[in-house]
Amino acid sequence: MSAHAATAQLAGAPPTTAENTAGSGGGPAPVRIVVAYGFWIFLLSDIIMFSALFATYAVLSGQTAGGPSGRELFQLRHVGVETLCLLFSSYTCGLGFLAIERRRMGGFYVSFALTFVLGATFLGLEISEFAGMIARGAGPSRSAFLSAFFSLVGLHGIHVSAGLLWLTFMTLQAAAKGPRDFVRRRLLCFSLFWHALDIIWVALMSLVYLIGAR
Amino acid sequence: MKERSPAQAGSSDQLPGMGESDPLGSFASYTLGLVFALLLTGASFLVSQTHLLWAPGVPAGLAVLAIAQMGVHLVFFLHISTGADNTNNVLALAFGLLIVTLVVSGSLWIMANLNANMMPLSTILEMQR
Amino acid sequence: MLGKLSWDAIPFGQPIPMAASLFIVLGVLVVLVLVTWKGWWPYLWREWLTSVDHKRIGVMYVLLALVLLLRGFIDAIMMRTQLAVAAGGAQGYLPPEHYDQIFSAHGTIMIFFMAMPFMVGLMNFVVPLQLGVRDVAFPVLNAISFWLTASGALLVNISLVVGEFARTGWLAYPPLSELQFSPGVGVDYYLWALQISGIGTLLAGINMVTTILKLRAPGMTYMRMPVFCWTALTSSMLIVAAFPILTATFGMLLLDRYVGMHFFTNDGGGNFMMYINLIWAWGHPEVYILVLPAFGIFSEVIATFAGKALFGYRSMVLATLAICVLSFMVWLHHFFTMGAGADVNAVFGIMSMIIAIPTGVKLFNWLFTLYRGRLRFEVPLLWAIGFMVTFVVGGLTGVLMAVPPADFVLHNSLFLVAHFHNVIIGAVVFGAMAGYYYWFPKAFGFTLDKRLGAVSFWCWLIGFYLAFTPLYVLGLLGMTRRMQHYAEPSWQPYLIVAEVGALIILGGIVATIAQLVVSIRTRERRRDLTGDPWNARTLEWSTASPPPAYNFAVLPQVESLDAFWAMKQRGLRAPAEEYESIEMPRNSPNGFVTAFFAVVTGFAMIWHIWWMAILGLTCAVLTLLAFGWMERVEDQVSGEQLAEAERARLRPMDAA
Repeated sequence: MSAHAATAQLAGAPPTTAENTAGSGGGPAPVRIVVAYGFWIFLLSDIIMFSALFATYAVLSGQTAGGPSGRELFQLRHVGVETLCLLFSSYTCGLGFLAIERRRMGGFYVSFALTFVLGATFLGLEISEFAGMIARGAGPSRSAFLSAFFSLVGLHGIHVSAGLLWLTFMTLQAAAKGPRDFVRRRLLCFSLFWHALDIIWVALMSLVYLIGAR
Repeated sequence: MKERSPAQAGSSDQLPGMGESDPLGSFASYTLGLVFALLLTGASFLVSQTHLLWAPGVPAGLAVLAIAQMGVHLVFFLHISTGADNTNNVLALAFGLLIVTLVVSGSLWIMANLNANMMPLSTILEMQR
Repeated sequence: MLGKLSWDAIPFGQPIPMAASLFIVLGVLVVLVLVTWKGWWPYLWREWLTSVDHKRIGVMYVLLALVLLLRGFIDAIMMRTQLAVAAGGAQGYLPPEHYDQIFSAHGTIMIFFMAMPFMVGLMNFVVPLQLGVRDVAFPVLNAISFWLTASGALLVNISLVVGEFARTGWLAYPPLSELQFSPGVGVDYYLWALQISGIGTLLAGINMVTTILKLRAPGMTYMRMPVFCWTALTSSMLIVAAFPILTATFGMLLLDRYVGMHFFTNDGGGNFMMYINLIWAWGHPEVYILVLPAFGIFSEVIATFAGKALFGYRSMVLATLAICVLSFMVWLHHFFTMGAGADVNAVFGIMSMIIAIPTGVKLFNWLFTLYRGRLRFEVPLLWAIGFMVTFVVGGLTGVLMAVPPADFVLHNSLFLVAHFHNVIIGAVVFGAMAGYYYWFPKAFGFTLDKRLGAVSFWCWLIGFYLAFTPLYVLGLLGMTRRMQHYAEPSWQPYLIVAEVGALIILGGIVATIAQLVVSIRTRERRRDLTGDPWNARTLEWSTASPPPAYNFAVLPQVESLDAFWAMKQRGLRAPAEEYESIEMPRNSPNGFVTAFFAVVTGFAMIWHIWWMAILGLTCAVLTLLAFGWMERVEDQVSGEQLAEAERARLRPMDAA
């Protein structure tokens, strides 16, 4: 995110108190808070976008148009491994963020490398699942249920892919520029993003796969 | 002329995603969160596959477990709490959740009613031929 | 190589589209040649195209809106003229395929590329100044947002020259908008233009929410914020909540059209009512996104020109918040007739009636503000009074249609068309015009001509009633919307009156253009030297006109509501001896370049030029990464520069 908030670096901002809140009239909040909050709002908007697709999936989940349903298609072992990958990647992401906050670059690199590997594994498993379904004639154009399934889970996958790209970019930037303020701000945003993707996956796992497989 | 702000009584805004500054506290938070999440995931799989529970109640049970796990993520990974410094974050989340609830449940209710009242599309198309 | 694109895409055989295309192409060429010949490119690039200053971006938004107002209004005149003549057996001069594109383009342009940019532009310009801060939370993102909106507008206008536009109305309902029934590029132009500009709008909403919640001058608590900032906040919250739904829904329609999915198709289990449900779950909050800032503008204008504090600040804030939340609970009233049944209709009907209550609270607050005020009938107050009358009528017809049995008679009739034009013109357009006149001096340093402003107002007011009252009658007589011709000759007199009304509105628009030209020519006579031409109450009027890039040399210390009014009562301070230096963000081409690639990608997707689409998207992502990699550089404004600017600003006031 090329977000920028020069407004907080003002001579007008209270010079001594670092964590003033704008709510009780303390003046503009520090950059870090502004950026993190803005990203939080963006994440909420993203979740609302997912919920529109969720609602569509819920409405269309029975419309198999004579084709295969979730019970025939979903492999829960597969889903279980995907879930573990993503959950652990969320954990390692959190540890990586802690590491760079404490300027422990070694720990940061290891944690983020693990995060990448786990995320990429998740993605690989998902792509193989999709490919398998398409090969069996259960692609997204087969029925409304499958359109909704592929789009909902696929959108999550696209977010994960974007996240992996972002992760790579941030790791390179951290290596090149060091644990500077703006780098750590962006890593905070990235970790928010990555955790949010896991939250969305929890909903997907439960409401799409586990219910659909029954 | 230097700017002065009214003295603040120590209240500060918590960043979404930032926990306490104590390193051990944060590490514990993440690890505890992982453990809880693993337990809830396992429970979800069990609930969905077991035959011991009353079948119509399983989707509700899964929903509850999912919400609990999302809560675990929010609290232990994203450090959303009910402290005074978190008010803006919680309010934003609450607004978002309200919208999600309205859109999803509203859509489901409306579509269920529509599907119940209206002739199936296939029948309409048949009539046109 | 070029997908579906061929020379057939240009409407050579069709006189009216051809004439319009030539007009647009020539217009664009004239502007480009003029700018090049006069050597304005460096200035434009440096000061406007790469600007990240919220004031510049706000001006560009409003300029975009005014230009697209012309395009949308020409569509309206064409429709009115067609209907004035196409009675009985007559077919008029516009064949149905064109007429359908015209009403679709009219609605799409007016909502997405006139009303939205106008409101977003005014919010952009005013909110940081009213909050007493230097810019929005994310200035570069702000620029990106504007340029993405402009990209969408560009794509819609390209459709006039290359290809065709959608024929499916401003919301493109399936199954008509599916590939089976709309195989051309029209719906794709519609979808890609709106997806691109939708991203811009969403980012602008996020920016504004963060700004208002996290960036305010010291001492400005929530209950000391101007009402316009409250309405900007709630409108932006609605943008953040509603636009993702639009993105998802259009995304699903795009997937149907491009990949053969079955979300809304007739076959494969698709359910087109889900589209209608979702699009209105966005659509209703959208109209509140438009109207809330307008309400805020009127709150400022009425308080200023009544010379009184706004009556009932607290209830205003609560009413605004109530409208914000309630606006997400009424959306089914847009499709009462589509079979959800009595229970569902009853709930949403009652909710739709309830939402009128906080609106009524606002209205009474404005009336009580005017009561016993010392009214100055400047142009913005004319618009405000016109709004109060007109909007009440429109709101009442809305509450009428909120009763499902009544709506079963009136749905999709001209009564509905009259209703929504009544509220949108009465509130949003009138508000935009009021805000434009009110804040123009702040943006450009001189006031607009007053007489032409009044002419414009009266033309709009009279023209509006002449244009739309007949439509209420026609709706009750049974005439439906989107008709290209009609068999019933007794309807024609009404439509002729409506045409006259539209022409009078055209007079109002011409008056506004003339006002701008005349005001620029005679600007020295109407220079705003004090920064406060209206003796107003809020902080934006404490700066110079136009404000310096950094807005405030020193952030104001706020101690009450109507902070500037309080400052004036206390007596304005002399400039300080010393100022601390500040840092301002440097300009960035990020927005312009990203938008360029967005247009390329959108155009390529529309015409199925896959290699170009991939290239465009890759370049857009690379742009993002490249600018993300580079470190942000800021410019220093030294204390001496600030001191000099402050002295210059206050000199005319000392002399006065």
